Amino acid sequence: MTDLTRLTIAEARTKLAAKEISAVELTEAYIGAIDAANGALNAYVVTTPDKARDMAKASDARIAAGKAGALEGIPLGIKDLFGTEGIHTQACSHILDGFKPKYESTVTQNLWNDGAVMLGKLNMDEFAMGSSNESSYYGPVKNPWRAKGSNVDLVPGGSSGGSAAAVAAFLCAGATATDTGGSIRQPAAFTGTVGIKPTYGRCSRWGIVAFASSLDQAGPIARDVRDAAILLKSMASVDAKDTTSVDLPVPDYEASLGQSLKGMKIGIPKEYRVDGMPEEIETLWQQGIAWLRDAGAEIVDISLPHTKYALPAYYIVAPAEASSNLARYDGVRYGLRVDGKDIADMYEKTRAAGFGTEVKRRIMIGTYVLSAGYYDAYYLQAQKVRTLIKRDFELAFHAGVDAILTPATPSSAFGIADEDLASDPVKMYLNDIFTVTVNMAGLPGIAVPAGLDHKGLPLGLQLIGKPFEEETLFRTAHVIEQAAGKFSPSKWW
Amino acid sequence: MSVDLATVKRVARLARIAVTEEDAQRMTGELNGILGFVEQLSEVNVDGVEPMTSVTPMAMKKRADVVTDGNKADDIVANAPNEDRNFFLVPKVVE
Repeated sequence: MTDLTRLTIAEARTKLAAKEISAVELTEAYIGAIDAANGALNAYVVTTPDKARDMAKASDARIAAGKAGALEGIPLGIKDLFGTEGIHTQACSHILDGFKPKYESTVTQNLWNDGAVMLGKLNMDEFAMGSSNESSYYGPVKNPWRAKGSNVDLVPGGSSGGSAAAVAAFLCAGATATDTGGSIRQPAAFTGTVGIKPTYGRCSRWGIVAFASSLDQAGPIARDVRDAAILLKSMASVDAKDTTSVDLPVPDYEASLGQSLKGMKIGIPKEYRVDGMPEEIETLWQQGIAWLRDAGAEIVDISLPHTKYALPAYYIVAPAEASSNLARYDGVRYGLRVDGKDIADMYEKTRAAGFGTEVKRRIMIGTYVLSAGYYDAYYLQAQKVRTLIKRDFELAFHAGVDAILTPATPSSAFGIADEDLASDPVKMYLNDIFTVTVNMAGLPGIAVPAGLDHKGLPLGLQLIGKPFEEETLFRTAHVIEQAAGKFSPSKWW
Repeated sequence: MSVDLATVKRVARLARIAVTEEDAQRMTGELNGILGFVEQLSEVNVDGVEPMTSVTPMAMKKRADVVTDGNKADDIVANAPNEDRNFFLVPKVVE
């Protein structure tokens, strides 16, 4: 029998509809794969096999009754940031110990309403703060990819490292993820998977643990562009429970695949050519340009002059919002409590024990930049720079550019416990240099695998689109995927 | 701008995070590294630029002023570390 976990969502959907396979068989294949691999990869922090089997049985019944939903019987992994009723939801933090919400996030509810099956909760950087998945309370995730001839463990990227690793290692058909500064696109690039951060407001944030509310967006990580389109269609919705959810109908993203790029204008921003970027990233970028030109797109050079200020502005805005959002973890209403001599002592001890190093660092930065006397110099200045970053994109789009092509990351996956990165937080932050502009401007961005580097590790390209024009991104990314092919790791685990 | 040890301890107090002397020492270096990195923002000319308050040009949606949810006291306290008859219990606040 063929390995059912190798089927894409689109392929599984066809076989399920034709009753060639059952949802229970498909789910069992994934449960078996997780049991065999998770000890080595640490992608899941909790698995829910009983729930998965029940959901798969219900899917088979709906398929038999001719009432199948868009994701009927498709087994998915869910990032630990999404509230899932009665199931471990801890943002991979110690401070949320034992938290089991009494509600379901809108995004996951949308997936279950369409018939998807939940396999478990996926590892991530604590509170989505990180680019390597090493800040998780549950330990790092190992990238299923290794350099040629090497047995050194690499990071899967972050913060959605568990999501990317599980998809790349065939431990789920697709996964939910979130992206505040690059947390979908960077891990997708590091694992040879496709990840899309939709426009701010496209997916409801309701029921997702908040990090930086003006930047956070949910999106899928998938094996290919078509699967990402299928998943986003189900995840996105208009939701009265999120005041920033936009009142626009969700298009059929899959229908945009295969459309011609003729007449489309692709912008190449010169500011994304950064010092110290490996030659092969530049080569990959030029290859991407050639593929899109061959497909009929017009290539134009553009300038986004405030690009270099996006990362520093992000490291004011995001920690400021985080310091406010994470004030709720005080040992009173949920999670960890460490007793103290009075209530303030209890708060301080609980938060000291419950938050990890990176989370504390960001809360401290956020508290400092919002404190009296520093607000104007830091926070207000950063919010003004954010306006300028967004204006750069608006001017490019106004001049006729339909989408922008850039590298997704400045390097391929690096080693777990890299000493150079561990000694300097700012070096780790530079991983998001190409992705963070997109969050600052609220735009959609997709990372698509485009090749392997000299070590045999995947590299991705990023496409940035106009607000709510995710269809353009799927259509263009599909062209890159057709030209580049798909990449999967050799199994060592 | 940079922070000294006393400032780090004051910020930790504001953030309600207990720090040891050693933590505060380490954080001082790290925070100064990050503040040094963000310092470059001061070179941007922002004359006449409005600070961003919403990334999408939309008026905030308002719900009708009606009760649509509630009567969930048991759910709300279900995850509390210490509760009694639907109250959250905390150390004594008022003497």
